[in-house]
Amino acid sequence: MSVIFVLISASLIIATGFLIAFIWSVKSGQYDDDYTPSVRMLFDEDNASQKSETKEIQNKSTKTT
Amino acid sequence: MHSKSIVQEKTTCYHCGEDCNEQSIRIEEKQFCCEGCKMVYEIINQNGLCEYYDISEQPGISQKIKVRKGKFDFLDDQTVQQKLIHFSEGVQKHVIFYLPQMHCSSCIWLIEHLPKLNMGIVKSQVNFPKKEVTIVYNSDSVSLKKVVELLSEIGYEPHISLNDLSSSKIKKYDKTKIYKIGIAGFCFGNIMLLSFPEYFSSGNMEDTGLKTLFSFLNLGLSIPVFFYCASEFFVSAYKSLKKKFLNIDAPIALAVLIAFVRSVYEITTLTGAGYLDSMSGIVFFMLIGRFFQNKTYQSLSFERDYKSYFPLGVNVIYADGQEKQIPVSNIKVGDRIKINSHEIIPADGMLFMGKANIDYSFVTGESLPVEKSIGEIIYAGGKQIGSAIELEVVKEVSQSYLTQLWNNDVFKADKTEQKTSFIHAVSRYFTYVLFSIAIVTAVYWSINDSSRVWNAVTSILIVACPCALLLSSTFTNGNMLNILQRLKFFIKNENVLERISDADTIVFDKTGTISLQSQSSIKFDGIKLDSREEQLIRTIANQSNHPLSKAIVSHLPFQKSLHIKNYSEEKGKGSSAIIDGEHIKIGSPQFVLLDKSTLSDDDGSKVYVSINNEIIGRYIIKTKYRNELENVISSLKSTYSLALISGDNNSEEHKLRSVFGNNAELLFDQHPQDKLNYIKELQNKGHKVIMIGDGLNDSGALQQSDVGIAISDDINNFSPGCDAILDGKQFNKLKQLFDYCRKEKSIIFGSFIISILYNIIGLYFAVQGDLSPVIAAILMPVSSVSIMLYTTTLSSLFARKIKI
Repeated sequence: MSVIFVLISASLIIATGFLIAFIWSVKSGQYDDDYTPSVRMLFDEDNASQKSETKEIQNKSTKTT
Repeated sequence: MHSKSIVQEKTTCYHCGEDCNEQSIRIEEKQFCCEGCKMVYEIINQNGLCEYYDISEQPGISQKIKVRKGKFDFLDDQTVQQKLIHFSEGVQKHVIFYLPQMHCSSCIWLIEHLPKLNMGIVKSQVNFPKKEVTIVYNSDSVSLKKVVELLSEIGYEPHISLNDLSSSKIKKYDKTKIYKIGIAGFCFGNIMLLSFPEYFSSGNMEDTGLKTLFSFLNLGLSIPVFFYCASEFFVSAYKSLKKKFLNIDAPIALAVLIAFVRSVYEITTLTGAGYLDSMSGIVFFMLIGRFFQNKTYQSLSFERDYKSYFPLGVNVIYADGQEKQIPVSNIKVGDRIKINSHEIIPADGMLFMGKANIDYSFVTGESLPVEKSIGEIIYAGGKQIGSAIELEVVKEVSQSYLTQLWNNDVFKADKTEQKTSFIHAVSRYFTYVLFSIAIVTAVYWSINDSSRVWNAVTSILIVACPCALLLSSTFTNGNMLNILQRLKFFIKNENVLERISDADTIVFDKTGTISLQSQSSIKFDGIKLDSREEQLIRTIANQSNHPLSKAIVSHLPFQKSLHIKNYSEEKGKGSSAIIDGEHIKIGSPQFVLLDKSTLSDDDGSKVYVSINNEIIGRYIIKTKYRNELENVISSLKSTYSLALISGDNNSEEHKLRSVFGNNAELLFDQHPQDKLNYIKELQNKGHKVIMIGDGLNDSGALQQSDVGIAISDDINNFSPGCDAILDGKQFNKLKQLFDYCRKEKSIIFGSFIISILYNIIGLYFAVQGDLSPVIAAILMPVSSVSIMLYTTTLSSLFARKIKI
């Protein structure tokens, strides 16, 4: 029966991980704009460098909030 | 054949899609309606960004009204810059602009490619639902002003208002609600999972060690739910009890509290498993319901005051003749300011130089511009039409005539406080009934079996929580607001929905609300004019600044003005001149005919034309009303009493009387304050009033009324502070929309009955004192989910039935 203690604690740890991931994603503003990214991905991107910049800016703007 | 069909086809601008005039402007195959559009195309073309035109067809914004050069000079001001810049890191500045013109995916594409248009811009990222763009630029290679000018050049002029400057912090979207839902959902799911063994073993678990472990884990998981997620219910209940008022959150807070206390007691004394699963479930569903209802429209604002309309910078002329742009808030009495064409006058002032022709339609509702001569006072809020004028400021911005309206107490009162929803009343009765059941049960068991009193009373309070009541209203309102939003009827919150269904009187504004602003129909009634006669009329009309003359000029095709002799104008009557040897007169019948007899009357303003003292006909200038105005009004007549209140003159009274019928009150020449007073008077007589208006002149009335609806032909445009915004195109569906709002109550009552049924089942077990956690845990989610389904399907069904 003791195996159930291990399983329960494992399941709780994993679930907590998901909860933290959810809170982080809300905090970093991933749900702020649920429309524009869906349009943006359809544009033919000519320079790949822009993508990395996007990330940088997102991180910066979260710091300020 | 082929060429003929092309001629007949209407040519539209490649850039903005507007109809092109005859003398069109073209590059290769592409036609443009104006030089502005062509210029934007050239900028885009030169930078290899023509994909803009491939994503959506004719995505551009008409450039007919050009942005004046130097309009953004105030952006060089350091203090203004500091307030606008959101974040800065060395030379890199982050700034957020609101671009109301943004409307399609092409716009997103072009704006996100700003770095290609100017090397100084590092990055630009669009948030489409909010119509915002975040721009990062290097301040050593490009200035903030340049960035704004670039945006304006390509047709996306950012809207920068005094509001942005006065509140330095950008309003942040409150995310705590989402955290609360996430945490409550997490805890609820896990508590349910850990409670399953308890449900199936019906309390006789073999391994007591395991049972205690599960119970204590549940307890641990419920702590964040109780102390964090449910906190807003406790706060709201406490606040309402302090005001000696029992709101809907009070019984919920009580149920959560009792469930938690009893569970803690049972778990710590090892006597049971408690009701933590039900408790966290209640909190979770309740939070979802709230979130659903409090949906916000990201790009709309219902709280606008005069500050949003005013320009930010204004040109001040100093004694030495120098001109400098300063922020509007820095204007002082005695300053001389220059107002350019189509600019709004920010402060009351005395006309010093130039020909003032002020369009007050937004402030007073008068449809025709007013002429002012030097020395006259011009009030803030008007828009100068024509050439630039100079004013000497007599009052500061915050004390001007226009802003005084905002000092009225109406603007300080919060309408939601005025009246509480009927749901609160129902929940109050519910609570009284609940307490009496609890007391009766307690008395009964204390006589028969005193050991059961505690159990029975707590179970009653836990199971009979009015959450189903609350959920039915939150989900009905949430869904209805969503459906109405799709129909372009944006309602501020659920209280407004209820107030619409209570209303019995509708008051309309005229200009801009039932009539179309800036659009009037001009018809010539008389002999057929040849091109020379048209040229004569145009020449004389062009001399006068009178709005009707201007309307005639814009109506006639462009022709060169002829040589003019002996021109004379009698103010408000007409003008006469000798042009090309012909004696021509235009104006009122008395002026043109020298005859006092009135001719057969028709609505609208009339301008008579005579050549060599012979009448050749008259122009009839009529206000153009919204489509289906007659149908809308006649359908509303049966349910509501109607009134019209206009700042305009009564030249159209005849026509409006026939539309509104004899019972409606029609008032003309009303000032903003009169409108407000009229609404107040109606309310004092016990009427519930819906005010439908559009301009600043209605804002007092909109605020005073029970429901203020602003009509806007362009939703992204600026509407005055109100409770709801209706797209002008949906005006013909007004009756259906109101009918739909009236359905709200019946849907909620239906779901009340369902929730009462669930409560009876729960109470049946609870009064006997043996409500097992399983029954509570089943009843709670089943009732919540079924109510959600019921209300959402029914509200969608009604929408379909009403065919809106």
